[in-house]
Amino acid sequence: MDLRVGHLYPDLMNIYGDKGNVIALAQRARWRGIEVEVRPYSLGEWTDADWPDVWFFGGGQDQGQDLVGADLAGKNGAALKRSVEAGAAIFSVCGGYQLLGHEYVPESGPAIPGVGILDVATRAGKKRFVGNLLAESAGGQLIGFENHSGRTYLGSAAKPLGTVIVGNGNNGEDKTEGAVQGKVIGCYLHGSCLPKNPWLADQLLAWALARRNTDVKLKVLDDSDEAFARTQAVEVARTRP
Amino acid sequence: MADALAILANAAAKLTREGLRVSGRGATALPGLVALTVDPDFIGALSSSLPHGVICVSGTNGKTTTARMLADMTRTAGWDPIHNRSGSNLDRGVASALVAETNWSAEPSGDLGLFEIDEASLPGAVGKLKPRVVVITNLFRDQMDRYFELDTLAKRIGDALASLDPNTKLVLNADDPLVANLAVRREANTVFFGIDDPDVGSSLPQAISDATRCPRCRSPLVYRRVVLAHEGDWSCRSCGLARPRRDVAATKVVLAEGSTELELAGTVGSVFERARVPIPGLYNAYNALAALAAARALDIGLADALRALASFRPAFGRLETVDFKGRQLRLVLVKNPAGFNAATSALLETGRHPRLIAALNDRDADGRDVSWIWDADFESLAPAVEHAVITGVRSGDLALRFKYAGLAKEKLELVSAPAAAIERAVALSPDRTELVVLATYTAMLALRDALAKSGAVVPFWED
Repeated sequence: MDLRVGHLYPDLMNIYGDKGNVIALAQRARWRGIEVEVRPYSLGEWTDADWPDVWFFGGGQDQGQDLVGADLAGKNGAALKRSVEAGAAIFSVCGGYQLLGHEYVPESGPAIPGVGILDVATRAGKKRFVGNLLAESAGGQLIGFENHSGRTYLGSAAKPLGTVIVGNGNNGEDKTEGAVQGKVIGCYLHGSCLPKNPWLADQLLAWALARRNTDVKLKVLDDSDEAFARTQAVEVARTRP
Repeated sequence: MADALAILANAAAKLTREGLRVSGRGATALPGLVALTVDPDFIGALSSSLPHGVICVSGTNGKTTTARMLADMTRTAGWDPIHNRSGSNLDRGVASALVAETNWSAEPSGDLGLFEIDEASLPGAVGKLKPRVVVITNLFRDQMDRYFELDTLAKRIGDALASLDPNTKLVLNADDPLVANLAVRREANTVFFGIDDPDVGSSLPQAISDATRCPRCRSPLVYRRVVLAHEGDWSCRSCGLARPRRDVAATKVVLAEGSTELELAGTVGSVFERARVPIPGLYNAYNALAALAAARALDIGLADALRALASFRPAFGRLETVDFKGRQLRLVLVKNPAGFNAATSALLETGRHPRLIAALNDRDADGRDVSWIWDADFESLAPAVEHAVITGVRSGDLALRFKYAGLAKEKLELVSAPAAAIERAVALSPDRTELVVLATYTAMLALRDALAKSGAVVPFWED
């Protein structure tokens, strides 16, 4: 069995340590004897958009986000959409999450259209949400660090990834954090997210491997180090939000 | 002569300082905070009376080392700098340094203000301090929870520099596109420094790509040579922006275990000069060049500058070494991916297999978001590590980073108390070996406290 990871715009959307998510997906596959290849996808023409089993899309600087938004408005956005329809999974964080939605409405000027893979929309907020973020989810607790001024609101097709316990999450109003729609996940969890939330990493791996394999069963890994890091981070979030 | 409010502020701060010293505590920030509360313009009022004016040293990495090198150079030239040398680099740290070096009438005892300034505070600080020279070492992403985004920060710094008196001299890193571009419209009054040795660096940009795009037109940059992260010989094919001339350059860099040798060229001297930098690492070559360029901007003679450099001692956690129970502890402060990569590649340059104590905290001074460790190149470090003892408030995250970088479980140990972590690492290390301590700011303070309690080092505020 092998795993194909597509890293979206690694040269532009890479500033909040989100690369750890790619490292976590790759290592947790390798530790199970699954071969892994990671390919970058950036500005310009993609010739193999149907290759990845799972995409990762991280957060970036405002500048990078403009360029990426413009690139996704063309053929690449359509190719990404087709890939998801054909069974690929996506894990996105912050800026990547926002760009997968319908639109981003800045404080002034016209709305910037997104890819529309997730039924969410984001508008600029005044206050930046910076701090530890703890959420409860059906699959388990989610722990990370948020740093965003965008306020994201979910449409009916997207379900919240979790309920906020500490922090602000999607918009600081409705207690939701992140979104899930089919095999596509968006969230505001930096940290990196997946190393400290290994259950979510394994969920994505299972989705990704199911694209080209049947009856995927993931071997259980020793996650005691992950559990310790989570406990420590949750304690920090609860005492120093 | 300081005004009445500044004198009052100074007196209040001095009383605070005495109180702290009597109780045996460091006084690097609180007295300054008191002074600024009484007189918000305190640092501007006091520094305006300094005959040689003010120099600000800023940037993401290397500012403490650069400022200390420059302080030594100015002293060798016969000046008497007032310097926030403990690395407390917000307004309050500058104010505290001034309080410590004034009499009760708020008259400074030094003749020059040499201030290391936090890069996020720089735009505000230069407005108050009105420096004659501003040095910027480099700009990398650092503590994203506080500084947000690098482009925004660069723009704020650029705007602040543009508003300075036209005679203000800038000392900028030619090899860092974001920093070099800060000279827009002020090139004539800028001293650029850089590394010109064709044997240093590679053609492949390193993992961190803070500035792989042109700061002017945002097209991808082309590198003929990459020295460190995004520092190198860069140009933009689209708009033609390119690495500027180097007024102070190293044409040859020789890296060795305990020191670095530089061969200098450029307008710094009409003949080749050799510089000895008694601390290792390519990034310290940049720090030395920044200090030499700043000395040039101050018209300090090259001979004085080189002599000061040759006898330089590193600052708190900047590769300083401490003898402890027969082992040599090398303290390395890390706080962002670029600094981490520079420090660890300096460790690996000489083919070492480091025995580590690694400590990660997430207090304000460390950066509350520990995500940055995932951008740091642990993948290059892990295969060389002999063993690592992990500690700190976020030791769990750090241990995970090593685990996912491939460090074997049996080489990794978690010990929560700093003193116990040091004991354990010492026990794992044979006599007379080196132990490398990689730690964030407050984690390093905790480790140093533990060492000090064993009589190994002096607390840094007495430094």
